[in-house]
Amino acid sequence: MMDCVEETNHDPLSAPAVTSPASVDTKLEKKKPNENVSLADNSLLVDISDALSEKEKVKFSVHTKTTLPEFQKSQFSVVRQHEEFVWLHDRYEENEEYAGYIIPPAPPRPDFDASREKLQRLGEGEGALTREEFLKMKEELEDEYLATFKKTVAMHEVFLQRLAAHPVFRNDAHLRVFLEYEQDLCAKPRGKMDLIGGLMRSMTTTTDEIYLGATVRDVNDFFEQETAFLQEYYSHLKEAVAKVDRMTTKHKEVADAHIKLSSCLTQLGTREQPATERFLTRAAETFEKCRKIEGRMASDQDLKLADTLRYYMRDAHAAKAVLVRRLRCLAAYEAANRNLERARAKNKDVHAAEQVQADACARFEQLSARAREELLDFRTRRVAAFRKSLIDLAELEIKHAAAQQELFRKSLQMLRECQ
Amino acid sequence: MSEETDAPVFSTVDINNDNRDEEDLFASAVQEVSLDSEVNGTSESLEKVSITDMSSMPAVVGSPIMEEIATERANNIIITVTEPQKIGEGMSSYVAYHVLTKTNMPIFSRHEFTVLRRFSDFLGLHEKLTEKYLRSGRIIPPAPEKSIVGTTKLKMTSTPSTESANGTNSSASLQSQFVERRRAALERFLNRVAQHPVLCIDPDFREFLESDTELPKATSTSALSGAGMLRLFNKVGETVNKITYRMDESDPWFEERISRVEGLETQLRRLCGACEALAGERRELAARSHDAARAAAALSAADPHPPLSRALSHLADLHEKIEHLRMEQSNTDFYVLTEHIKDYLGLIGAIKDVFHERVKVFQNWQHAQISRVSYTIYNSRSWESKVERGQQEFDTISRVIKKELERWEETRVAELRATILRYLEEHMKHQAQSIRYWDAFLPEARAIK
Repeated sequence: MMDCVEETNHDPLSAPAVTSPASVDTKLEKKKPNENVSLADNSLLVDISDALSEKEKVKFSVHTKTTLPEFQKSQFSVVRQHEEFVWLHDRYEENEEYAGYIIPPAPPRPDFDASREKLQRLGEGEGALTREEFLKMKEELEDEYLATFKKTVAMHEVFLQRLAAHPVFRNDAHLRVFLEYEQDLCAKPRGKMDLIGGLMRSMTTTTDEIYLGATVRDVNDFFEQETAFLQEYYSHLKEAVAKVDRMTTKHKEVADAHIKLSSCLTQLGTREQPATERFLTRAAETFEKCRKIEGRMASDQDLKLADTLRYYMRDAHAAKAVLVRRLRCLAAYEAANRNLERARAKNKDVHAAEQVQADACARFEQLSARAREELLDFRTRRVAAFRKSLIDLAELEIKHAAAQQELFRKSLQMLRECQ
Repeated sequence: MSEETDAPVFSTVDINNDNRDEEDLFASAVQEVSLDSEVNGTSESLEKVSITDMSSMPAVVGSPIMEEIATERANNIIITVTEPQKIGEGMSSYVAYHVLTKTNMPIFSRHEFTVLRRFSDFLGLHEKLTEKYLRSGRIIPPAPEKSIVGTTKLKMTSTPSTESANGTNSSASLQSQFVERRRAALERFLNRVAQHPVLCIDPDFREFLESDTELPKATSTSALSGAGMLRLFNKVGETVNKITYRMDESDPWFEERISRVEGLETQLRRLCGACEALAGERRELAARSHDAARAAAALSAADPHPPLSRALSHLADLHEKIEHLRMEQSNTDFYVLTEHIKDYLGLIGAIKDVFHERVKVFQNWQHAQISRVSYTIYNSRSWESKVERGQQEFDTISRVIKKELERWEETRVAELRATILRYLEEHMKHQAQSIRYWDAFLPEARAIK
C-alpha cells in the first residue's frame, strides 16, 4: 500500500510540461524510470509513449516494459482508446476481490469541445479582428488545445501507472489483457443507449447508496465518520474545482484581452511621428509579453490548483465507492445473519447457513480492515499531494509576478528613455 | 496682465519640474483630496495625474492675432473637484461637487477659493463657452456626458452611496464608481479650460469658479427638457449637413489634419474597446477569485487535517486579497487607461466640431459669393461686403484652428505618454503586491505536515 503514497510523484500535475511542442502528435518526455526504481520494483513499467488525436478519438500508445513471467514479451506496446481505459476501470470495480480497495479513478473523457467551440467562434468573429489579432488568438487556442491534450494523456498514464505499481492490481488478468492484447478490446465508444444505460447505472448506484445508508446500520464509528467526511469533502472539492476552473478560464481571457490592446496600440503608432511610434510599439510589445505571462499564470493555476483538486475529487469519489461497497457487504452479512437465525428457528440447513454467515462475516471483516487501511492512506496521500501542489503554486505565482514586475520595470525604463 | 510680475509667491515655483515632489506648493491640494474623497482608492492618483498632465503641457506661445492676453506659460491654476455629495431625495435630488481653485493669476481676486457646483452647472458652463467660442474656432474641452441611467439610479437610491467603493454592496460600488468617474471627468474639464489661454479668462468661467452664489439653473442642459430636444434636432440637422455637404478643401494642411483626426478617432475607438474589455474581464476575474476564495474556505472547514486545513484557509484569505488586487488592477485599466482614451475621444469630438464650424463659415462665404454673382444688379455693394466678411471670417477661423490644433498636438502625445507610463507603473505596483501576498502564503504551504 505504501506505493500508493509514492504515486503522488506522478500524479497528473507533475506530468505535463508547460512547454508547447510543435505537433499534436505529442511525445511525452521520457518517463523517469528512477522513480519507479525507487519503489524497489520495476518489474512492470507502463507509460504512454505517444498519443494521436484523430477527429473525435484519441489513440494512446501504451508501452509496457516488464520482467514479470506472466507476460509473453518483455516489451510491447498497444494502441488503446479512452473507452478501453474506462472498460479496464469498470472491470476493477466489478471485481469483488477489490471491494476494499480504493480503485484508481478512471481518467476523464478527452474533452476538446471547449477549445473547438472557441476556435469556431473565433472563425465566425474573424471580421472584427485584424489579421494579426486573429492569428494570435488562433495560436493561443492551439496552445490551449495542446495543453488539454497533454493533460488528458497524462491522466490516462497516471491511471495505468497507479494500477501497475499497485501490489494487488498489477496482477489482474484484465490489466494484462489491456496491456498485451494487440486488437481492440471491443469497448466501443458509447452510443446514446449506452449513455442512458450509464446514467441509469449511476442513478441506481446513488439510490443504492442512499438506501443502504438509510437501512444498514453501521456499528463502526470510524466508517461512519469517514462516510460523513467523504460526502462533505467530495462536495466541497467539487465546488472548489468548479470555482477555480471558472477563475482560471477568466484569467485566460484576461490574458487574451491583452492581444487586442497590444495590436491597437501598434496600429495607433503607425499614424504617429517616428518617436511616438517607437514609444507606442514598445508599449505594445510590453503588453504582448504581459499577455504571455498572464497566460502562463493561468495555466499554472490550472495545473497546480485546479488539477490537484480535481484529481482528489475523483479519488474521494473512488473512496466513497469503497464505503458503498462495504455497506453492501455489510448488508449481505446482515442478511446472512438473518438467514442463520431463521434456519436455526426452523432447525433446517443450519450448518450451511452457519457457513454462509461465517463467510460473509469474514468477507466483511476483511473488507473493513482493508478499507480502513485504504482510507487512512487516502488521507495521507492527499495531504502530501496538496502540500506539494500548493508550494509549487505559490512558487510559480511568485515567479510569474516577479517576471511581470521586472517586465514592467524594464519597459518603464525603456519607455522613459524613448523620447 | 503678465502674471509673473504680479505673483511673486508663485514665481519661484517651477511648476514644470517640481510638482511631483511632496514639498510642492500644490501638494497640499493633493493631500486634501486624498483625505476627503475616499470615494475611490484611485481618486488620489487621478488628482496627481491631472496635475502632472498640466505641468507637462508645454508653454503656450501667444499668437499675434488672438492671443493678446495669453501668458507666456501655462496658467498657474489648479482646480480640484472633490466631495461629491447627494443633495435632496428622489428625482429632484442632485449631486453637488466642491470645486477648489488654487491660483496666482491676478485675474482672480483670491489665491484659493471653493464653490459648490452641481453637474448641470458644469454643463451650463460648457454650453456658454461653446456658444461664445466655437464660432471662432476654439476647441472647447468636452464636458462629461449626461447619463440618464446613471443619474436616475443615483437619484433613486435613498442613501448616499459615495463612501464605499469596494464595499460589499455591488450596486453601491457601481454608483460610487459612476460618481467618481464623473468627478474625475469634471475635474479634467475644468483644468483643460483653465489651461486654455483664452477660455480661462472668460468671465463666465471665472464666475463659475469664484461666485459664492448659486448659479442660475441652466435649464437647457437637462436631457429631457424642451431645449434639450431642440438641441437634439439641431444636432441631427447638423449631422445631416455634415454628411451631405462636402467642402472642396483648398488648404492641404486642413485636408491632412482632417483625415488624420478621423483616422485617429477610429483607432482610438478600437483601443478604447480593447481597454474596456480588459477592465471588464479583470473585474469578472475578481468576482471569480472571490468565488474561489469562498470555495477554498469551505474546503478548509471540511478538511480534517489541521495543518492542511489551515493552509487552505490561508489560501482562501489569499484569494480574497487577490480579489481586491484584481479589482484594483481593473480600476487601473479603467481609470488610468480607458478614461484617458475616452477623454481623448471627447477632445477629438471637440476638434471635429471645430472643423465643422469652419465648414459652416466656408458655406456662408460661398453662399455670399454665389449671391453676389446672381444679384449683381441689386445692391451688389452689400453682397460685396458680405463676401469680404465671409472670407475674412473663414481666414480667421482657419488660423485659429491651426493654432488650437498645434496646441493640442503638443499636449496630446505627452499626455498619452504619461498615461501609459503611469499605467505600467500602477501595474508594476500591483505585481509587487501580488508577490507579497504569495510570499506570505508560501511558508503556510510549507508548514503542512
